[in-house]
Amino acid sequence: MGTVDVARDAYREALPALAASLVGGLLAGVVLGGMRAELRAVEGLLVLVPALLATRGNVYGSFGARLSTGLHQGLVEPRVDAGDERLRAAASAALANGLLASALAAVGAAVLLRLLGRPVAPLATLLSVALVAGLLSGVALTVVVVVVVFAGYRRGRNPDTLVGPVVTTTGDVFGVVFLLLAVRATLALVGLVGGAG
Amino acid sequence: MATDWSVRAITRATLPVLVGLTLVELGSGLVLGSFERRLLASPSLLVLVPVTIGTAGNLGSILASRLSTAFHLGTLSFSPADDELAGNAVATVALAATLFPVVGLGAWTLASFVGTTTLAPTTVVVVASSAGVVLAVLAVAVTLAATYVAYRLSLDPDDVVIPVVTNVCDVLGVVVLFAAVLVFT
Repeated sequence: MGTVDVARDAYREALPALAASLVGGLLAGVVLGGMRAELRAVEGLLVLVPALLATRGNVYGSFGARLSTGLHQGLVEPRVDAGDERLRAAASAALANGLLASALAAVGAAVLLRLLGRPVAPLATLLSVALVAGLLSGVALTVVVVVVVFAGYRRGRNPDTLVGPVVTTTGDVFGVVFLLLAVRATLALVGLVGGAG
Repeated sequence: MATDWSVRAITRATLPVLVGLTLVELGSGLVLGSFERRLLASPSLLVLVPVTIGTAGNLGSILASRLSTAFHLGTLSFSPADDELAGNAVATVALAATLFPVVGLGAWTLASFVGTTTLAPTTVVVVASSAGVVLAVLAVAVTLAATYVAYRLSLDPDDVVIPVVTNVCDVLGVVVLFAAVLVFT
């Protein structure tokens, strides 16, 4: 094959998945664009955004890849059964690692901003936002990954090719939506505590 | 085999990489934070952030997985005259040139639905398109470098290259977007 043929093939193969994740990215952007009041209220929140979104992709992408390998090897049955030990372990590990990475991002952002002398919200606020957002989007993404991988496998699709686009698309949208919920919940809580004090 | 699926074993395999990647992403967060005021002033630019980061990472990871498959099949050689290499590089830049104008127009349109826009649509399209094409070229360079290093160190490119490329492209996405915003607005 010549260069042009290779380029044409690669272009055609990648365009649909990229276009799908583009739609997800734009939706996530709209939510982020509507979050300006919260971004102003919690200083340092914007610094957290790339790390939190990437954590969703890294953790749930690898959870999905593990799940499809397990299906191929016959280690996991394509059935949603909360009693399945392997499925439960993989899902708990994903959630735990996602929460650890989110907490690390919050602490890292607070420390770095303070070292740079830039304004930053209290660590407790950033941690609360990162952990609540990590928990909610983690649960939602676990459900999406399990359902898509199992449903795809049972319909005879290769789950390996489904996981990437699904995780990047839903990861961005859920990541930002649950970030917004987590900020609002945290600010409400801070308001309550502040009001009581 | 069951031990491979324990929480402890999975954590041990994934957490170190995850910690490294999170620190890299904090770098891109700091760049983003340094032009926060500019982003908050123009909602269309804020809308561009996740899609630019995500698409840059995706372009890099698609290229990386195609190159690593070619590498495993033994059809890849590190020469500019290699059809597999040149073809995939050209396709990556062509994909960016097709998609990013749509990204810019989409971001402006969506921003105008949800609030007031302060920039002209053409400005947002120019920012997105120029950032996209520059990013595609950088993604090709980073992917080639990472694949080559993995090959020289006899590491499996599947394990190493994709996470490195995806997250480095995330950081570059923010830096290039920042540069495009400075130049064009």
